[in-house]
Amino acid sequence: VRTARILSRALRPAHKGLYAIVTKYTAPTRSTPPGSFHPSHSSAPAPPPTSAQLFVGFLTLGLISFGGALPHARRVIVEERRWLSPDEFVELLGLCQFLPGGNIINMSVAIGMRFRGITGALAAIVGLIAGPSVIVVLLGIVYERTQDNVYVKHLFAGLAAAAAGLLVAMAIKVVAPLLPRWEIGKQRERRRGDQRKGQLKEPHGAVDAPAPTTASAGTVRSKVPATRTGVAALIALAGFVAIAYFRVPLILTMAVLVPVSIAATITLERRGRRP
Amino acid sequence: MTHTLMALAALFSQLSLLSFGGGNTILPEMQRQVVTVQHWMSTQEFGALFALAQAAPGPNLMIVTLIGWHVAGWKGLLVTSLAKFGPSSVVTVLAMHVWNRYKDRPWRGIVQRSLAPVTAGLVAASALLIVEASDTGWMAWIITAGCAFAATRTRIHPLWLLAAGSVIGLSGVGIP
Repeated sequence: VRTARILSRALRPAHKGLYAIVTKYTAPTRSTPPGSFHPSHSSAPAPPPTSAQLFVGFLTLGLISFGGALPHARRVIVEERRWLSPDEFVELLGLCQFLPGGNIINMSVAIGMRFRGITGALAAIVGLIAGPSVIVVLLGIVYERTQDNVYVKHLFAGLAAAAAGLLVAMAIKVVAPLLPRWEIGKQRERRRGDQRKGQLKEPHGAVDAPAPTTASAGTVRSKVPATRTGVAALIALAGFVAIAYFRVPLILTMAVLVPVSIAATITLERRGRRP
Repeated sequence: MTHTLMALAALFSQLSLLSFGGGNTILPEMQRQVVTVQHWMSTQEFGALFALAQAAPGPNLMIVTLIGWHVAGWKGLLVTSLAKFGPSSVVTVLAMHVWNRYKDRPWRGIVQRSLAPVTAGLVAASALLIVEASDTGWMAWIITAGCAFAATRTRIHPLWLLAAGSVIGLSGVGIP
């Protein structure tokens, strides 16, 4: 726990936003900057784990990860078991975030699959959810047996209120980057992303216009995000109102908002690229 | 009983495939279905189960397991877990095969950037609904606000905040 806390504190100032919440936990530590070669013993890959090792590894991870599994996952998978290098972890996490389902759940499946195929994937995911399932049901039994007791009632009321507070904090962290005044930090981060990924952020650039130099791309981009954050904030607001107030079914909300959001992103990014 | 299990399977396999951006985005739909549509529990019970799941270790959304167990016992737990974790895992397995071919395509970035605001709206909706579900008096509001503040502004471990909330709740002040 302490390691994770120190790690996240060290990396805190550099990141904001949804994408950033994750990078915070997954970005390589200061001693190993991105892209650097790791000659030290600490990052030498371990031999491929067996299905039993995958099961035990994820069982341990499931049992120790209080308050979200992501920070613990990085420590266990990259630092302790050395199943993945820091870069591989970030890339795999990128995939897992892109897909539906919990990030760590998907990651257990992906890692199991990578080393031991379907058997490995099963071993990993069952290991990950077995421990917490038993614990959560034991808590449920205790709760149902004792919920008429006034002290238990008060205790759970306090617990529920605190849990709600944690979710509010998470919502704040996810929504904050969509508000305009956070844009400066986001831009800085995006520019850093550009440096890392090179031409990846310039789709169609070669077709419409001569490939933009880094400098021109930078100036163009500095004008765009104001509109883009505005649109992003509107889309987030639409989703919030539809779900929280009108109680529109999720599938309907997503069926409308996701295409709209994709269309907006494409339009605004394309317009931003024109001189 | 079979009908209930079928309903659980249908609901959670659908949610499994819709949960982009982590588990918290599907909480409102889960609550709508479980409380309003199926009448399996009250809003307050849903809030209590969410709190229990938060206090337990493990990945997000162990509330899913708890709902299955609460509604239909061990069978419900199995059916719900399978429905919630199965479909998204199959997608992950399939995606692992094609990932290397598509990971650097521009549309991947576009889709990911487009999902971010939708996800943000859904998480905010989740937060509002869970706050409503855990509203048991003025002290609950203070605990919620205090925890939200502490979790945003400090690096206190969430478990300490849950413990603090429970102890304050135990005092019974401001909670009927």
